Amino acid sequence: MKAIYLDNNATTKLDAMALEAMLPLFTEQFGNPSSIHSFADKVGAQLKIARRRVADLIGALHETEIIFTSCATESTTTAIYSALKVHPHRKEIITTVVEHPATLEVCEQLELEGYKIHWLKVDKRGRVDLNEYQKVLSDNVALVSVMWANNETGTLFPILEMAQLARQKGILFHTDAVQAAGKIPIEVQDSGIDMLSFSGHKLHAPKGIGALYVRRGIRYRPLLRGGHQERGRRAGTENCASIVAFGVAAEQAELHLETMNGRIKTLRDKLEKGILAQVEHAFVTGDPSNRTANTCNIAFEYVEGEAILMLLNQQGIAASSGSACTSGSLEPSHVMQAMSIPFTAAHGTIRFSLSRYTTEKEIDKVIDVIAAIIDKLRLLSPYWQNGKPVEMERFAPTFA
Amino acid sequence: MWDYSETVKDHFFNPRNAKALEDANAIGDVGSISCGDALRLTLKVNKHTDIIEDAGFQTFGCGSAIASSSALTELIIGKTITDAEKVSNQEIVDYLGGLPPEKMHCSVMGQEALEAAIANYRGIELKADDHEEGKLICRCFAVDEGKISRAVEKHSLSSIDDVINYTKAGGACTGCHEKIERVIDAVLAKKKAACSSSSNFVNYPVEAAAGSFASAVSLGDQLTQNVREIISNLRPYLQVDGGDVSLVQASEHLITVSLSGACTGCMMTDITMGWLQDQIAEKLGFPIPVVNQIPESHEPQELQELSHLAHP
Ligand SMILES: Cc1ncc(COP(=O)(O)O)c(C=O)c1O
Ligand code: FES
Repeated sequence: MKAIYLDNNATTKLDAMALEAMLPLFTEQFGNPSSIHSFADKVGAQLKIARRRVADLIGALHETEIIFTSCATESTTTAIYSALKVHPHRKEIITTVVEHPATLEVCEQLELEGYKIHWLKVDKRGRVDLNEYQKVLSDNVALVSVMWANNETGTLFPILEMAQLARQKGILFHTDAVQAAGKIPIEVQDSGIDMLSFSGHKLHAPKGIGALYVRRGIRYRPLLRGGHQERGRRAGTENCASIVAFGVAAEQAELHLETMNGRIKTLRDKLEKGILAQVEHAFVTGDPSNRTANTCNIAFEYVEGEAILMLLNQQGIAASSGSACTSGSLEPSHVMQAMSIPFTAAHGTIRFSLSRYTTEKEIDKVIDVIAAIIDKLRLLSPYWQNGKPVEMERFAPTFA
Repeated sequence: MWDYSETVKDHFFNPRNAKALEDANAIGDVGSISCGDALRLTLKVNKHTDIIEDAGFQTFGCGSAIASSSALTELIIGKTITDAEKVSNQEIVDYLGGLPPEKMHCSVMGQEALEAAIANYRGIELKADDHEEGKLICRCFAVDEGKISRAVEKHSLSSIDDVINYTKAGGACTGCHEKIERVIDAVLAKKKAACSSSSNFVNYPVEAAAGSFASAVSLGDQLTQNVREIISNLRPYLQVDGGDVSLVQASEHLITVSLSGACTGCMMTDITMGWLQDQIAEKLGFPIPVVNQIPESHEPQELQELSHLAHP
């Protein structure tokens, strides 16, 4: 049985061409691009090509606007601290409650250190209120940092509009585009976006390589100082092999944008409709009409996500969950809580995320097995009796 | 994902006694939907012999919650109520061939359901124990801010190790240590503010402890005497459960005891030691670490267990 991988928002399979391109850099092309000899030149030339390709994926005019980092987490951290350093008198940041921990945890830490964080809330569909947003834009704000696509639900925020509003007030705008890059067309050039973070391993490049776009002309302060690599903007000898692979993968991602929003979207929709037709008391979370084409997040009521994942895994299907148990926590995902998904459903959310390697046969298999899995777990659930949910009063434990 | 034992997987994929008993005469409901774990245990107890003739469970929860419930029913069927009452969460863990530290609370839930069902059989009403107080700090042991901050305040704790000893929080994966440090700092800051506003009190915990140590040389024998007395008063509590404790040595910095009998199962030792330290500190009026004299062969195993607790 060949395993079915539907967890592409967590990480992706390495593109075969990207792998091929990076291999020589582990053997004969081992030079340090900063050196003054022919070993360096070969590598340097390849980095230049890769930088151009990565810049093209997001529509950056100058390849010097791309800074390679070790991951998107480093990119977002760099962006946030840079903004605070160039605006030492501005003590406020605007972000949302549904960000990835890469942003959330940094902002929570800054909050403890005395910064004011404006946490934009979301509605039941995971959407922000632009009026709320406009109210908090002011001269005290050093940075707006908002994710483009949500990693759990795929929901897209109106980033271009939000960036424009920030620009009108002269406020720096950063977006975490990790889940958007390679899934939607991105053109930073004429947008209000000043900084943008993305990561290689979400678009079929290796793990451990990320990029930060920094618009030419904006003020910037590096997080890592030292050597002159990345023109002094991120010191440290380049991860050359991964950068080269990132370049190839970025080019491929751009070429496949149509597949993403055509074939993959069709498969995603088929999967979603198929599941909802098979299983009652299940619903899609996030904003179905406005999300990335590869993601679908379904809440199965009265069952718990980790248990679903284990049974799916038994059938060779890999997905992920926003349930508390998968993280060893007691609370379901902050994204589900922010959207006020009731606890009966929040613990049973499953994210299926597809890629261009997903086939229709795989989708059919998931649709085939899902109902039996959910039925099996509902039979065990105290919240489910005789084929329907139990009224909550009938099962209300006295002590926890 | 989690490193579940084969037994856990077996009990998850093929749960035993997953049913609601129609003719149950004891029901135990525990957990809550908000925490993502809830369990109903139903028992059929023979009124004349007090023997549990059948048990069924319904569980909303993860793989290890379902496996723990299934194991619980297997452990108690055929036992008398009195014997079943002695089943601890550690027994559930052992039966399952171990649980990841972050999942220990699943076995605790099983044990609590049993407790609730037995109380229900006896017609005793259990009081709701609303444990949610402030932010959850330690995920492994499900300890919230309220509990840690109370322990820090009451016992003048000042280090992570103290907090682990008193509350268990921080004792597994270590992921919550930064948050625990913040709670400690916050309580100390509050205390300091209270002290400086009423200068009569020299209440700053570290100084208070140091003060009592300074004069401890002459108090040494007195201390041993006091500790011996405290321990002999505590022994009956342990003896009820088939355990015992004796004093090995008491110095100003450390009290060494020796646990024996039913207290020496790995997890129970932790709980018992925490409780002992708590009690001793309370009676002495200042905090002092209490350690168990472990037979040598045990130690490497414990260290080994700790070394794989890091998050995946
Ligand atoms: C939205 C989002 N931001 C940031 C990250 C972190 O990316 P990286 O693993 O490259 O640091 C992820 C990855 O899970 C993500 O989904
Ligand atoms: S979260 Fe506290 S020890 Fe793991």
